[in-house]
Amino acid sequence: MNSRITSIASNTFREAIRDRVLYNLIAFAVLMCGSAILVGQVSVGIERLVVINLGLTAVSLFGTVIAIFIGIGLVSKEIDKRTLYTVLSRPVQRWQFIVGKFFGLVGTLVVNTFFMAIGVFAALLWVSKHFQAADGWLFVAVYFIVLQFLIITALALLFSSFSSPLLSAVFAFSLFIIGCFADDLRGFAGGAQGIVHWLATSVFYLVPNFSSLNVISSVAHGQPVASAIVLANTMYALVYSAMALCGAVLIFERRNLK
Amino acid sequence: MAAIEILGLSKTYHVGFWRKRQTCALQPLNLTIEDGEIFGFLGPNGAGKTTTLKLLMGLVFPTAGSARILGMEVDDPRMKARIGFLPEQPYFYDYLTALELLEYYADLSGVDARDRKRKVDEVLSKVGLASAASTQLRKFSKGMLQRVGIAQAIIHDPQILFFDEPMSGLDPIGRREVRDLMEELKQQGKTIFFSTHILSDAESLCDRVAIIHRGELRGVGAVADLTSSVEGKTEVVWAGESVPASLKNLASECHSTGGTTRAIVPEGTLDTAIDILRRERLHIISVAPVRTSLEEYFVRSTKPSEAAAGVRA
Repeated sequence: MNSRITSIASNTFREAIRDRVLYNLIAFAVLMCGSAILVGQVSVGIERLVVINLGLTAVSLFGTVIAIFIGIGLVSKEIDKRTLYTVLSRPVQRWQFIVGKFFGLVGTLVVNTFFMAIGVFAALLWVSKHFQAADGWLFVAVYFIVLQFLIITALALLFSSFSSPLLSAVFAFSLFIIGCFADDLRGFAGGAQGIVHWLATSVFYLVPNFSSLNVISSVAHGQPVASAIVLANTMYALVYSAMALCGAVLIFERRNLK
Repeated sequence: MAAIEILGLSKTYHVGFWRKRQTCALQPLNLTIEDGEIFGFLGPNGAGKTTTLKLLMGLVFPTAGSARILGMEVDDPRMKARIGFLPEQPYFYDYLTALELLEYYADLSGVDARDRKRKVDEVLSKVGLASAASTQLRKFSKGMLQRVGIAQAIIHDPQILFFDEPMSGLDPIGRREVRDLMEELKQQGKTIFFSTHILSDAESLCDRVAIIHRGELRGVGAVADLTSSVEGKTEVVWAGESVPASLKNLASECHSTGGTTRAIVPEGTLDTAIDILRRERLHIISVAPVRTSLEEYFVRSTKPSEAAAGVRA
């Protein structure tokens, strides 16, 4: 990777760590310990199911909140504080800045997810006393969650490149929620007629499809994930986030930094 | 080859949400800054100094015109590796230490990894921050941040330096240190383009200055040329605080401080004034023609009411 992108990415990562972003891990650890102990006492036979569902959903939500709240400030904060001026007056191009910021936040989320995933596995071991072969599919679910973070981070950066942090947060959260119901939207489009069908189908293709990236429920039941789905989801997340990043770069390249 | 060439550079902003209005931040500006000079860009607050610097740094895009730095376009990365920029009231990543910040900027500027540590140490010593190298910037005072700002601008040994209000917010000692540093950089052959509204700094440092007001260039030239016009008045200074009554009638101004008295008299009455002082047996210390100061030139170049609000001599 370009050395300037690496440098901006590592500085973004360092900023997130020193801003105590990883403190969310403490809340996550408390949640996992509490739920593991509680589930062990109140449920019979479904402890594993509850811990996996609760744990992976928490991994997804914690990461999404971090991706949106840090992502929307990545560009606007640098403009407000004028730190961007001393970066862009160097041989750093605007696209390198955006891409570096993207990788810096994604790196932070990957590290965060890694520690949270360890927490989920530890809680699972606590309630079930041993791992099963099907638990390996949990890695796929975690991988899909990381793919989801790629898309959310790119979208947060896209909104951050032209609007205020508050509006960017509203846009990003709205898209996240709509994206979680993307499959329902497709079902609705299938049953609709005329312009409603056309509109619903367009929105389905436009919004990120987080439904297909959510395999938490199926892996909790020990069901495998087909390699074709892994490949398709990987390609989808890469293309979608690349397009969102290109949009962010195109807007940012033309922006006057007043 | 000129260090900086500005050719008809202008900037108009469109403000307002529904009904867009045009605000002209910079009218077509033509300037040439020669290699190795310290050039002061003067103007009251809101005159268009920062807009000009942002246009030169490629942070905002011109409505019309162009600029070339070291013969290259302002968005050329090769040119950017050879310039340094200090923004007005700089704010840096406050979670970093001064050392980490300078290493980061050195990396972005393409300083070789093997030389980075040595250059960072050198620059920290130069700006007097060697002892604070490992302190996080959130604990720095305004003056220390200004020094870090200068350090980041010179870390990659650039050929041209752009400083936006470099003395702003500094105490007299800090201002003196920055002035000394700028003189040292000039001696090293660097070109310095700096904006300020503190005229005494410009007068003592600059080879040439330009005065801008309301986005319009009002004057440009060597400080000596702009301030050399004789006003037809003469300043007479003598020892003691007594002022002969007849001299009071001649002088347009008369002040006594610290055991000396200073009077401004019209050139035609100079002989009479000197005769009066000799008659009273007062010891004349100096007699000199009054020249236009940069401040007076500045005030004349801008509208008095607005200039008075923005100028600190």
